[in-house]
Amino acid sequence: MSTIKDQVRQYIVDNFIMGTEGAAFTDADSFLELHLVDSTGFLELIFFIEDTFGVKVSDEDMVPENLDSLNAIEAFVTRKKAA
Amino acid sequence: MLLHHFFDQTAMRLPAKTALVCGDQRHSYAELAERVDQAAAALQARGIMRGDRVALFMDNTAELVVNIFAALKAGAVFMPISPLTKQAKLHYLLNDSGASALITQTSLASTYRPALTHASLVHTVWHDGLPEGADDGLLGPDATLIDQDLACLIYTSGTTGEPKGVILSHLNMVSAARAVNSYLGLLESDVILCALPLAFSYGIYQVLMGFAVGATVVLERSFAFPVKVLEVMARERATVFPGVPTIFSALATLPTVIAQHDLSALRLITNAGAALPEALIGKVRGLFPQAQLLSMYGMTECKRVTYLPHDQLDVRPTSVGKGMPNQEVWLVDEAGQRLPPGSTGELVIRGSHVMRGYWGKPIETAQRLRPGPLPGETVLYSGDLFRTDAEGYLYFVSRKDDIIKSRGEKVSPREVENALYALEGVLEAAVVGVPDDLLGQAVKAFVVPKPGITLSEREVIKHCLGCLESFMAPKHVQFVDSLPTTDTGKIRKVELN
Repeated sequence: MSTIKDQVRQYIVDNFIMGTEGAAFTDADSFLELHLVDSTGFLELIFFIEDTFGVKVSDEDMVPENLDSLNAIEAFVTRKKAA
Repeated sequence: MLLHHFFDQTAMRLPAKTALVCGDQRHSYAELAERVDQAAAALQARGIMRGDRVALFMDNTAELVVNIFAALKAGAVFMPISPLTKQAKLHYLLNDSGASALITQTSLASTYRPALTHASLVHTVWHDGLPEGADDGLLGPDATLIDQDLACLIYTSGTTGEPKGVILSHLNMVSAARAVNSYLGLLESDVILCALPLAFSYGIYQVLMGFAVGATVVLERSFAFPVKVLEVMARERATVFPGVPTIFSALATLPTVIAQHDLSALRLITNAGAALPEALIGKVRGLFPQAQLLSMYGMTECKRVTYLPHDQLDVRPTSVGKGMPNQEVWLVDEAGQRLPPGSTGELVIRGSHVMRGYWGKPIETAQRLRPGPLPGETVLYSGDLFRTDAEGYLYFVSRKDDIIKSRGEKVSPREVENALYALEGVLEAAVVGVPDDLLGQAVKAFVVPKPGITLSEREVIKHCLGCLESFMAPKHVQFVDSLPTTDTGKIRKVELN
C-alpha cells in the first residue's frame, strides 16, 4: 500500500500539475508558494483527504500548518487517525 | 501630485508608524521608504528611465509593495502581473509591453525563465530582494516626471483573445484614489486587511489609499486559508476588510470560527468584483454586525465607478449604487444619445480617472475612448449595459460584447477557446458565460471531441489550468456532438447555455 504522501502527491500531479511546470516538488514544499494549488484547489484537496483517509477536516483544521505540504498533510492525517 | 507622493508625504509625517504587516514581519514607513529609495536607485543604475515598464511578477509580499513605489520613483511604469500567470501569457505580456525589467521571485522560476528566453527587451531581472551589489548611491527621483506621465500598466482580457494593457497616468490614479477615499473615509487609525491580489487594481488601491492616509496595511498572500486570515484579522485588530463574493461566501461557511475571534474592531467591509447575491448580503451583515458594508462597481480602465452606501443596502440590494465623487456617469443608447432615468443602456464614464488607452492598440482604444463634451476630451464607453431606477441608482444588466465577467475578472471566450483547441482530441470548442450566484458568471465550455476520442471534464479543466489563470479555466464542460452554426459557418453562441 502506498503511503499518505504518495497518494496525495499522485492526486496533485493528476489534478493540478501540467507538463513539466513544477513537476518536481519536495515533501516539504509549500503548495501555495509554488502555486501548485490555489484557493479552489485546496477545497478539492480537503475533499480528497477526507474521502481517501477517512478523516474529518474541521473548520479549525483548515490552516497551512496542516495542509500546505506533503509533510504537513501526512502529520495531520496520522494525528487525526490516532485521535 | 504624483502617485508616490502620497507615500513620501506619509513617510515624512509618520516615520515610525507600522505601514505594512506581512506574515510575522512588520515594516515602518521609514524602513519601507529607505528600501524604496534603494530599489529605485538600483533600477536607475541599471538604466531604467522615465516611461520604461517594470514588470512585477510576484506574490503579495513586502518586496512587491517596495518595488511598486521604487518603479514610480525611478520615473518608470509599474506593471503588476498575477503570479498565477502561465509561461506563454507571461511571455506575451513582457513582449507586448516592451518591459525593460522583470522583478520576480525564485519560486516562480519555472514560469519566468522560459518566458524570458524570447522576451528580447528585458535587460534587468531581479528576484527575491535587491540584486547583489545594488548601488547605494541614490540618483534621486526623476525630477522631469509630471502627472500626465504613465504610472501603471495593468492587463485585462479583450474580445480578440489578446490581453490589453490599460494605460494609467499618475493623474488617473491620484484622481481615482482621492475619489474613492472621499466616500470610503479611510483614517490614519485604520488597519486594512488585504488578502486581494495586488496584481489587480482592487488590491493595489488598498495599499495606495492606505498609505495615503497613514494607515497600516496587513497584506495576506491569498485567501486560500480563510481561518488563517480570520486569525490575523483578530490579532491585528483589522478595521477595514475589502473582499469579493467568493471570499464572503467562504466566510459565510465559518460562523463558529468567526464567533471565536474578536473582530470588534472591524468597521468597514467593501465588496467589488462582482455583485454580492442578496442572500449573501444578509449573511455578511449577520456575521459582522459591527461593520458597514459597501457594494461597489468598477473596471480596470478607470478603477471605480459606483458605490452603494450602507443605508441603501436594504432599499435596493441589487444596485451597484451611484457614481462616486468627481466623476460623471450616464447611459447611452446604440446611437450614443443620453438616456433618461429608468432606461437601459451602455454606461459612459467621464473623469480624470479614465485611462489614457490600451497599450499599442489604437483600434481597441478608439472603441472604448470616444469624444467627450469638451474639445480634445475623451470619455469611457464601458461596454457594460446598465439600467437606472427613478432615483438614478444603477443596476448591472449584461456586457455588450461576449466578454465573460467571472470572479470579478474579465474572461475572453476567445482566450479560453484558444487554450481548448490546443488540447489534443478537441475538434471544436465554444466558450460562454452562464449565470452563477457567486462568480457573477461561470465559464462554460462546449467541446466536440475528435472522432473516437473520449475526454473527461477533469482532463479538460486540468489542461486549461495549465495554460490559463485559474479564474479563466472552465467551471463546467459539456461534451456535444456538434456546435450550432449560422449559414456562414460561424458558431451560434446564443444557442449555447
